[in-house]
Order: sequence, then structure tokens, then C-alpha cells
Amino acid sequence: MCEECGCSVTPDDVRVHHANGSVSVRSANNTSVEVLHGILNQNDHAAAHNRSHFRRHGVLAVNLMSSPGAGKTSLLEATIDSLRAKYRIAVIEGDLETENDAVRIRAKGVPAIQITTGQTCHLDAHMVHDALHALDLSATDIVFIENVGNLVCPAAFDLGQQANVTLLSVTEGDDKPAKYPVMFRAADLVLLSKSDLLDVLDDFSPAKAETCLRTLANPARMLPISARRPATLAPWIAWIEQARMEALAPRPAHEHGHHHHHHHSAE
Amino acid sequence: MHELTICQSLLSEISRIAAQHGARAVTEIVVAVGPLSGVEPKLLERAFSVAQSGTIADRATLVFEETTVVVWCRDCQRETPVAANALLCGECGTWRVELRSGDEMILKRLELADIAEGAAAA
Repeated sequence: MCEECGCSVTPDDVRVHHANGSVSVRSANNTSVEVLHGILNQNDHAAAHNRSHFRRHGVLAVNLMSSPGAGKTSLLEATIDSLRAKYRIAVIEGDLETENDAVRIRAKGVPAIQITTGQTCHLDAHMVHDALHALDLSATDIVFIENVGNLVCPAAFDLGQQANVTLLSVTEGDDKPAKYPVMFRAADLVLLSKSDLLDVLDDFSPAKAETCLRTLANPARMLPISARRPATLAPWIAWIEQARMEALAPRPAHEHGHHHHHHHSAE
Repeated sequence: MHELTICQSLLSEISRIAAQHGARAVTEIVVAVGPLSGVEPKLLERAFSVAQSGTIADRATLVFEETTVVVWCRDCQRETPVAANALLCGECGTWRVELRSGDEMILKRLELADIAEGAAAA
């Protein structure tokens, strides 16, 4: 066993250890290389970089995900109304096309950076990083990243956020967590949006949705909310304030040591 | 369809490693892609056949190493294989479990060929 990365290499092989921890076994002009890297190595690296930006500025970054039309932008508008007296908020909007969502957020007096992804069905850490350059993080307390409406692809890409919040609107199926396990397993909080419609819908059971979430071994809270009923937002607002306090709290020493090769013109 | 993005990331990782070894060709790429990684192996395979053309991995075969979803139960202290959307302990049925495997998306091994004479495996 190779001590560096745990791969099995027999003693007769010629071993070449590399700075990145990979090992190669050479014969003639062919080589077998044990790699053991995450395939999304570059994205993960960029995400770690974004995360260290957020930490340095004491910014809470929340990645909002859902299927299209679950009410992410409406929730953000109502959330901004509740929080803006107390916190400086910024929004990064991801959509395939249009600036429509950013325009809605800016109408609330909050800076919004629109990322139009074209044919790409998710945001990645590099896109978010570029957007961060257009934001003044030292004058920001909370960044909401509204991901592309999609319950599949965004779950695979770490953006550097501190928390994933997934919306499940009550006009969708209550078994969505069982159908999209990757997305719902990644959620740190699930919001049952449009919950004011529960009275007129007889086919959405919040209890069943919660059972599906637990079946993914996810202990995340599930809160019913409605952007049209500001009073229902109180537990969500309290959750944000708690998460923001945690973002400001001192970090264990081992989390400080993120090294990266990156050049900023202004830092 | 984020599989194409993932292929591009994979290919750029492969080119970097091949260049480090002075290899001019990649013949085999072994990956482990778990059911909870968010990537569908069949789609990745199809996307790869498009993305690989014109790259150093032009003729490479993409091999998927088998992965299973396994959870470890905090109560029973046992590992059991489970379905991707039913992460419950196979012994006692609790959801208070930790995922031990099944969400990986890893480049495990590369077979490189056509290594340049005197190339330093740096």
C-alpha cells in the first residue's frame, strides 16, 4: 500500500510520487497513474476560495435552490422587506436568460448581479466568483445566491455557500425529496413555499414531505412559508439571523488554512 | 444536462496529469461515480464520447468502477447497503445514519501511453 494515497502498488513496481499525491507505475512508455481526485476538483477549489472570501468578510452566503416556479424570487423580495432595516443584503441571480429577476430585486433597493448561464442548467463556483468581483463584500452582511431553477444539476456544484436552502412548493408533489435525493440530501433547510395554498390543495401532505426528507437521513428543518403572508416568514427570518451569527463566529484553526493560487487586482 | 460540464472538468484534469507525465495519449480513464453524486453514468459516458474528440483522451475508454450506497448506523454501529432514496439503517430502520459511500465523483486512475523519451515524471 502506498502510504501517501492508499493505493495498492506492488513492491516491484517503480514508484514515482508526485507533489499532488498521485503515484505512477511505469513500464516502457506506458504509465498507470492513481489519481483519486474529485472530478470537480477545479470547481471545488473555486468554491473553497469563495467560502474564504465570505468568511473573511463575515458574510453569510445562502444558496437557494428549487424547481422553476417554486417562488425563489418572491421569497427573496419578501425576505428583503423583513431584513433590510438590519442587514446589508446582496443577491446573485442565476438564470438561463433575462435580467428579469435581478430587476425585481434591484427594485427593492438591493444590489443584484445577474448571471445568465445560456444553456448551462446550474451555477458553478467560477460564475459565482466572477459575480463576487462586482459586489462589495465589505459592505455586505448576507448574500443570497438564487440558483437556476432545477432540482437536478445545481446539487452537484458547491458554490462556497455556508448553507443550502431548498424550496419545495406545495403545488408540487410531496414526494419530491424521494424523487430528487441528491438535491434534498444537500439541503440544510427546506422551505415549503406557497403554503397559503395548503387549505385549497388536498394532495400535498407536509408530513409526507418530511418523511421523505428523513428517509434521506437529512435532519434539516422543514418550514411552511408563504411570501404573500409575511407573518409565516418569522421562523425563516430567525433561521437566517442564526446562520448569520454562525457566519460571524470565530472558526476552528484548521479551517483558516485555505491556500490558493489566485490573483486579485484589488484585495 | 450538466454531464458535459463535468466531462470538460474531467478532461482538463486529465490533460494536466498527462502533461505532468509527458504522456501524449490516454488510453483508459477509471472513475467512480456514485448514485448520490448527481451524475448519471450513462449520460456521462455519452457526453464523454462527444467531449473527448480532439483531446489527449481522444481514443480513451471511460471505465466506471462499481459503487454502492452504504450507510453506517449510529445506533447499531453497522454498515448496510441501501437504495439511493432510502437512506435508512438496514438493521433497525432509523434515519439517523451517516453515508459511507455512494456520493463520490472521483477520477481514480489513468492509463497513459506514448510517453515522451526522457520525460520527467515530475
